[in-house]
Amino acid sequence: MAILRTENLTYIYGEGTPFQKTAVDNVTLEIQKGEIIGVIGHTGSGKSTLIQHFNGLLKPTSGKVFFNGVDIWAGKKVLPDLRFKVGLVFQYPEYQIFEETVYKDIAYGPSNMKLDKDEIKRCVTETADILGITSDMLNRSPFELSGGQKRRVAIAGVMAMRPEVLILDEPTAGLDPRGRYTILELIKKYNKTTGCTVLIVSHSMEDMAEYAQRIIVMNQSGLFCFDKTADVFARSEEISQMGLDVPQITKVFNELKKSGIVFDDEIYTVRYAKEKILEYISRRDGTGLCSKI
Amino acid sequence: MSDESIISAQELRFSYGSPDDGKIVLDEVLKGININIRSGEFVAVLGHNGSGKSTFAKHTNAILTPSSGKIYVIGIDTKDENRIFDIRQNVGMVFQNPDNQIVAAIVEEDVAFALENIGIPSDEMRKRVDEALKTVNMYEYREHSPHKLSGGQKQRITIAGIIAMRPKCIVLDEPTAMLDPAGRRDVIETIKMLNRQYGITVVLITHYMDEAAKTDRVIVMDSGTVILDDIPSQVFSNVELLKKIGLNVPQVTELVYELNKCGLNLDSHIITEEECVNALKTILKEE
Repeated sequence: MAILRTENLTYIYGEGTPFQKTAVDNVTLEIQKGEIIGVIGHTGSGKSTLIQHFNGLLKPTSGKVFFNGVDIWAGKKVLPDLRFKVGLVFQYPEYQIFEETVYKDIAYGPSNMKLDKDEIKRCVTETADILGITSDMLNRSPFELSGGQKRRVAIAGVMAMRPEVLILDEPTAGLDPRGRYTILELIKKYNKTTGCTVLIVSHSMEDMAEYAQRIIVMNQSGLFCFDKTADVFARSEEISQMGLDVPQITKVFNELKKSGIVFDDEIYTVRYAKEKILEYISRRDGTGLCSKI
Repeated sequence: MSDESIISAQELRFSYGSPDDGKIVLDEVLKGININIRSGEFVAVLGHNGSGKSTFAKHTNAILTPSSGKIYVIGIDTKDENRIFDIRQNVGMVFQNPDNQIVAAIVEEDVAFALENIGIPSDEMRKRVDEALKTVNMYEYREHSPHKLSGGQKQRITIAGIIAMRPKCIVLDEPTAMLDPAGRRDVIETIKMLNRQYGITVVLITHYMDEAAKTDRVIVMDSGTVILDDIPSQVFSNVELLKKIGLNVPQVTELVYELNKCGLNLDSHIITEEECVNALKTILKEE
């Protein structure tokens, strides 16, 4: 059974006013447990509005949202619980840090779940461990940390609630290349360790190529496609036209294709490109170039 | 490009807090850097968070002044407090967050803000505001409210506010970090055009390697020093070094580097898609 499912989900801002705008238009999709899903779309494509439906921050104008098969708007009991089960990390989450120590900030969510002290402590230390937050850091003020560290603390605060689905809106915005890599690797590790479903909203197709198993592409309020990463990159020309960026490597292979050099597969990461080119050459020349790829 | 020096840093050192004001002396952020930027150059500055690049940027229009060493901006020592306004009129800064830089409720009033401060007569002001907005391609939005614009549009308004002052140089500190790909493209195109058509000197601080690859010169900073300073293709051929200090190279450069490690012999100075496509065509075409 799908962990999250939407059925003809439509959301209209300011309905009945002159500013009426359909932000999400008739979206039906299914997300399976344990997946890492990328969500892309230009500014105003409806992707942020869509994800805010997944933990009930917005109520559909029409259509339905199901969590583990239960309609989240069916009864009053579903919603409060859902907010713990679907964790949402907003853009620049470090601006939401407020406690006086890192420990207290991460513990804020679990404390609201009415867990006992030992349980809270376990949630905090386990999460801190996954995210590489040292015990020394736990006792410090979050405001003394670097930008990248603060970002990790803020994400830990949501992860510590042990949500079944973790949604991150642009988790790497404003970070340097190493900071981006660190955060994405930690998210992947969290997904592997806990089996939690992860949705990452991002503008970086390079990052999506590396980390997402399937990608939701939103365009002008509608679902353009929701497919395996390779299948989405196969439509890179259309995606480019939407004002989104495709990785440099994909552009290079699209050009090669135009001049008759065709590979049997979609190529969208440097690692895979290297592998495929070496394969191509050894097949042609009948010699292996690099024994270990 | 002329020989006129726009920014000249000589043994520039800087620490936040100094022994004199009783605060603790923190680590030295800039450790004696020498950079000379000439009129008309388009320079990118790369470095991981904390490498000192933003601190350097703040020295270029006297937001910060050196703890020791000197920095001359359009020939003026930035420590000369009487001439700070001359410096700031000639070196404008654009920051990361568009929302923190817009002050007025109407686009054209925002662009006029600095002109009012420097006492430009009103007909001249009208002319300059219109010109600046046309230059960044935002003229049709002149009577709009900035808060309803996209991030990329807001950054272009910010840039218009600066070019209306007719500066010699613009310093941009990660102007595209908060923008989507379309917004990023518009801002970068605008900056490039200002440099190419109007000869404005541009210093672009960025984390995006593809943006840096489009400039004339790349300066790489690490822990408060300049470790590389050359044309982009030379700088990016140092793949190992850049990765070691937490930076990256354009994907095409990385691919070439990886292939060469496996015995191919491609030009290691490839930084654009076109160069990469051509190089790959040569080796992949049937012999």
